[in-house]
Amino acid sequence: MATQKSTVHKLRRVYVWEQPVRIYHWLNALVIIVLIATGFYIADPLVIQSGKEPSQRFVMGWVRLIHFIASYIFFFNFLFRIYWGFVGNKYANWKQFIPTSRKFFKEMWHVFKMDILMLRGKEHMSVGHNAMAGFIYFFTFIAFLVQCLTGFGLYASMSSSWFPKLFTWVPYMFGGDIFLRQVHHWTMWFFILFAVIHVYLVFYHDYVEGRGEMSSMGGGWKFIEEDVFTQNKELPNAPKS
Amino acid sequence: MNNKTVQQTPTYLEEFKRKGYSRKDFLKFCTLMAAYLGLENSAIGQVVQAMTVKPRLPVIWLHFQECTCCSESFIRSSHPIVADVLLDQISLDYSETLMAASGFQAEEAMKNTMTKYKGEYILCVEGSVPTAADGVYCMIGGKTSMQILEEAAEGAKAVIAWGSCASNGCVQAAKPNPTSATPIHKLLKGKPLIKVPGCPPIGEVMAGVIVHVVTFGRLPELDGLGRPKAFYSKRVHDTCYRRPYYDAGLYVESFDDDNAKKGYCLYKVGCKGPSTYNACGVTKWNNGVSFPIQSGHGCFGCSEENYWDNGRIYERASAFPGFGIEATADQVGKVALGVTAVALGAHAVMTNVRKKKLIKNLEKEGRDSEHELKD
Repeated sequence: MATQKSTVHKLRRVYVWEQPVRIYHWLNALVIIVLIATGFYIADPLVIQSGKEPSQRFVMGWVRLIHFIASYIFFFNFLFRIYWGFVGNKYANWKQFIPTSRKFFKEMWHVFKMDILMLRGKEHMSVGHNAMAGFIYFFTFIAFLVQCLTGFGLYASMSSSWFPKLFTWVPYMFGGDIFLRQVHHWTMWFFILFAVIHVYLVFYHDYVEGRGEMSSMGGGWKFIEEDVFTQNKELPNAPKS
Repeated sequence: MNNKTVQQTPTYLEEFKRKGYSRKDFLKFCTLMAAYLGLENSAIGQVVQAMTVKPRLPVIWLHFQECTCCSESFIRSSHPIVADVLLDQISLDYSETLMAASGFQAEEAMKNTMTKYKGEYILCVEGSVPTAADGVYCMIGGKTSMQILEEAAEGAKAVIAWGSCASNGCVQAAKPNPTSATPIHKLLKGKPLIKVPGCPPIGEVMAGVIVHVVTFGRLPELDGLGRPKAFYSKRVHDTCYRRPYYDAGLYVESFDDDNAKKGYCLYKVGCKGPSTYNACGVTKWNNGVSFPIQSGHGCFGCSEENYWDNGRIYERASAFPGFGIEATADQVGKVALGVTAVALGAHAVMTNVRKKKLIKNLEKEGRDSEHELKD
């Protein structure tokens, strides 16, 4: 039946995303979706008709409550992820996101040539996320920080709780709430654009590499070609977990 | 008037009596002021005591690039004593708008106050200072406003920046700010300064700030932006009587719709109450008659920094820097999303072209394996 024998890859199972990372990822995804949906409503509320008396209605109140609860989860989840960047495995380590070596930039350039410019050459087969992705995630962490600061900064004046009060200085630094609100709104669009590109690229890697990119955030493992595995293993300065 | 105040400084109570106010009026005034300042009951006595024994505070009131609406607001404070007494009797030794003297006489009065009450007088500034072209855009008596400000601030005990011009630059500082209008706090360093923003600020708020300084001999508690906390710690939104409609999700869609008649929340027609810190919802205007939202018009955030450049009055969050005043973050975002979608589509097509061999091989490997398996 088979006319020509195909190259058969031996795949090695690697536990890339630990369970806390996976929980963080999906909790983050859920909370961001909730925050964006409620955020859009808060910014430009739709008229929801009902026969209820105004005193019986609390639509905006509930939406804001959900937004605030989600923002607390988002913040502490983010904090947890930073912590995990120091204690987690090598693919969760902060060095994956912040360039600390020439190798990082070289890999980024290589990924840019192969996956974005689609030049011909040796494909880049990373194990965790590639350097380019890691660096983009670094920007998302900055966006997380911006959203937390502006969001809790806006929330500070209407809360008597100690936690939001820690952010009272934020509006003062930027001269008031109006600018803060704008920044909060723009940054949300970064999240939307990021999510679209992120999901696309996961599909892309799964399609082009065929090593379980999509399911890795479910079970935690990726299936790495034997030669890629040995190649990475042999690197003398590979970081120890 | 000016010379008289310089020669003898009567106490506030003496001045009230001279003006023909009864002690009852005086006590009413003190109570009112204590209430505005958010003081507790027992502090009324302190206000009364201070007004009875303390000599009138010498004040120099300077006008630079402004429209005098702050002064207008001040003289329209609800209690007659505020206008009549504080203005007259706060001992306004120099105020371009309200003093009787003019020309050299006026300059003389100012100089007198500055030397006689060095380190004691309060400097009130209305308006911003233009710094472009060496300050020629605003000159009084042959001096630039910057020179006048520096001279007057030298011996001042404290500086009060009245209104948005002096606090934030207001309309003169709006883009492109041709005169380089600069708010006072950026020009005077090392002087205690109170910002009382608003266009204009509420008269009672202005009176309250002065009474606080007179009563306690120090500045009121200020927030991180230098505004008195008693009046600027809450958003207009938090004290708005239409707030329940906001929480209920009931909004005016246009100014002539049924919702507007019902008095629903003005959030969607551009009310800036949710990001504006002021006392309008509580103190209101013109003897507590009304405030913009009560009259059916959204707050436009006159006491907030940069409010002229923060987007349109009748739209929420309509400014996106760099894209002109017309673009909102959502418009820019939607375009970016469209561009991203097109780019990803192109990338997907290119992937199938450029990485054809790779994908074919993977597919073949998968298919071959499938074929090798038995049914």
